[in-house]
Amino acid sequence: MKRGPGGLYAAPSVVWLTVFFIAPLLIIVLYSFMTPGARGGVELKPTLDAYRAIANPVFARVTFNTILVALGSTMITLLIALPCGYYMARSSKQTLLLLLVIIPFWTNFLIRIYAWIAILGNEGFLNDLLRALGLAQDSIRFLYNRWAVMLVLVYTYLPYAILPLFSTIDKFDFSLLEAARDLGATKLGAINKVLLPNIRGGILTAFLFTFIPIFGAYAVPLLVGGTESYMLGNLIADELTKSRNWPLASAISLVITLVTTIGVMLLLRANGTNVLGGGGGKEESEGKAGKLDALAGAAVVGTAAVVGAAAPAGGGR
Amino acid sequence: MIGSDVVIENVNKSFGDFKALDDVSIGIKKGEFFSLLGPSGCGKTTLLRIIAGFEEPQDGLVLLDGANVLPLPPDGRKVNTVFQNYALFPHLSVFENVAFSLRLKKRPESEVRERVGEYLKLVELSSHAQKKPAQLSGGQKQRVAIARALINEPSVLLLDEPLSALDAKLRQHMLIELDAIHDKIGITFIYVTHDQQEALSVSDRIAVMNAGKVLQVGTPQEIYESPATDFVAKFIGETNLFEGVIRSVRGEMTEIESPEFGTILITDVDPPPAGTRVSWTVRPEKIRIELDRPQRARDGLNVFQGVVDEPIYSGFQTKFYVKTPKATLKVIKQHADWSDEGPEIAWKEEVWLSFSAEDAFLVEVKR
Ligand SMILES: Nc1ncnc2c1ncn2[C@@H]1O[C@H](COP(=O)(O)OP(=O)(O)O)[C@@H](O)[C@H]1O
Ligand SMILES: [Mg+2]
Repeated sequence: MKRGPGGLYAAPSVVWLTVFFIAPLLIIVLYSFMTPGARGGVELKPTLDAYRAIANPVFARVTFNTILVALGSTMITLLIALPCGYYMARSSKQTLLLLLVIIPFWTNFLIRIYAWIAILGNEGFLNDLLRALGLAQDSIRFLYNRWAVMLVLVYTYLPYAILPLFSTIDKFDFSLLEAARDLGATKLGAINKVLLPNIRGGILTAFLFTFIPIFGAYAVPLLVGGTESYMLGNLIADELTKSRNWPLASAISLVITLVTTIGVMLLLRANGTNVLGGGGGKEESEGKAGKLDALAGAAVVGTAAVVGAAAPAGGGR
Repeated sequence: MIGSDVVIENVNKSFGDFKALDDVSIGIKKGEFFSLLGPSGCGKTTLLRIIAGFEEPQDGLVLLDGANVLPLPPDGRKVNTVFQNYALFPHLSVFENVAFSLRLKKRPESEVRERVGEYLKLVELSSHAQKKPAQLSGGQKQRVAIARALINEPSVLLLDEPLSALDAKLRQHMLIELDAIHDKIGITFIYVTHDQQEALSVSDRIAVMNAGKVLQVGTPQEIYESPATDFVAKFIGETNLFEGVIRSVRGEMTEIESPEFGTILITDVDPPPAGTRVSWTVRPEKIRIELDRPQRARDGLNVFQGVVDEPIYSGFQTKFYVKTPKATLKVIKQHADWSDEGPEIAWKEEVWLSFSAEDAFLVEVKR
């Protein structure tokens, strides 16, 4: 490739990335090697204490729970989002359906979580209904467990999975399904062998758009979860605001970044596609440029996860 | 492989209020190269999709070798389709595209290799097996689509305007190849096209359709020489089509009172009685164009005078628009070798036109 003045045009995004992603990331790395300050913050005395503290069964248990909840709710989200995206792509009322998917964003995220509490709570709508129908005498405890967390997480991130899936399926040539049927495939066989491989890029994007934010979730487990559904995001928030151990919070953040970045890179490599570019799995980005793209994509996504995890906590309480 | 005969009986298909197929009945013989010919939107694809199982008619029957296939899903019919846009699977190589139906049947790898190799050879694509469809030219994609359909060993192959996306030269070439493949494989081909030239050149028989109806079924010669309706006459090739009233019938020789030409003589095996309003036609190449008045050598020669309005030269032939007092006739003169060439006929020249009663046909009876 020839090198023109094109590099110049990249300057704004380089500055943006440096100021808002790389610099914060470096600060987090630095903090993780410092001594905690008495009232939060850090003292500039290098130590590995934070990393020693991570080697702790509590941390392992929370990490395990986080992976479990994140993988579980991502899978459920994708399983619901796929038929939704398919239906929207085939529907003649696309604009209306798109609007319906987007409308929840008009209400603040926290208010929507509280709405779920109003529905699922001991004195909530669902329990009232069950009692009125005579199906239950006492309140059933729907809230404050892992299932409630997963339910609300799935609800929250469903649009993020539906939208990329819809846009990929919308570009899919449905006559290919007829061709598969013609050649002897059953309805399900055609979807399996022809639709799914051709919308792989969209599935991957949907997976990343849900898994990564869920992995760093904080508010949902805090509001509708119990002690057993504690997630890494909550651990970070506690270290920041209660224990005032900022180095430990930073170290945990870095673990999240590392896990998600490695995960994303493995996924991208397995696919050989540039997911963030939205490629439908058609062109294979080969050679150095493709790998660099994938690397940059993975780093951005990973960093976003940290920022996502830390941001609500940083808001302080 | 053995082909099936296909019988379509009183098939009706509506989309809402719109009648896409109106009481269509066609019988297609085993191993025939059968064309559905008609203008865009006349229902050809709809009929093909009904045979393949992608569309259900409101009523009627589709029989393959005598058995109704309408209750069967597409994957349950011994019919395969070459789609208009090829519909190759973009995520699979040429090899895997062709192997698709064998993989579904879970055939052993060795058999898959052998059979796919055989069919890639049939369509001359052996050296492209590992390419993705996106890397192929239009003609190559076309051939992958054909191999992919044929490897499933259908007894009927449906082809929906398979050549329409190719340029004219390639189209001619692929048409000949298709014909060769048909001869080699011997199954029934149902070929959809809006191009009468294509249909005439390869079909055993043709069904001409318009507005959801089948107007005529016959061999290319029958369709061309004795069109059943005005529409068929105008749609197939170029023609001169006029109306008139039958004045008298003497055996096969029929005299028509023509507002444009006075008296016209036509032969017809079973002419309607005198006084019937009819349309009649004569093909442009059946009309002789000369500078001198032709000798009335035989009975039944129609002769009149005209002026050349516009000669259109196209290499092997010249088309003349000749103005007679009340109408314009299309006349085509083939260029033979030098010894046969008379004097050049030019623009504005006075000419004599003549055609034999045997070359003119009654088309429709009007009310
Ligand atoms: N799914 C459908 N819904 C409504 N109208 C349709 C549908 N499929 C075909 N038609 C209409 O039926 C007519 C015949 O279509 P088609 O069979 O595709 O014609 P052809 O292949 O001869 O060009 C067209 O007018 C078309 O608009
Ligand atoms: Mg069509």
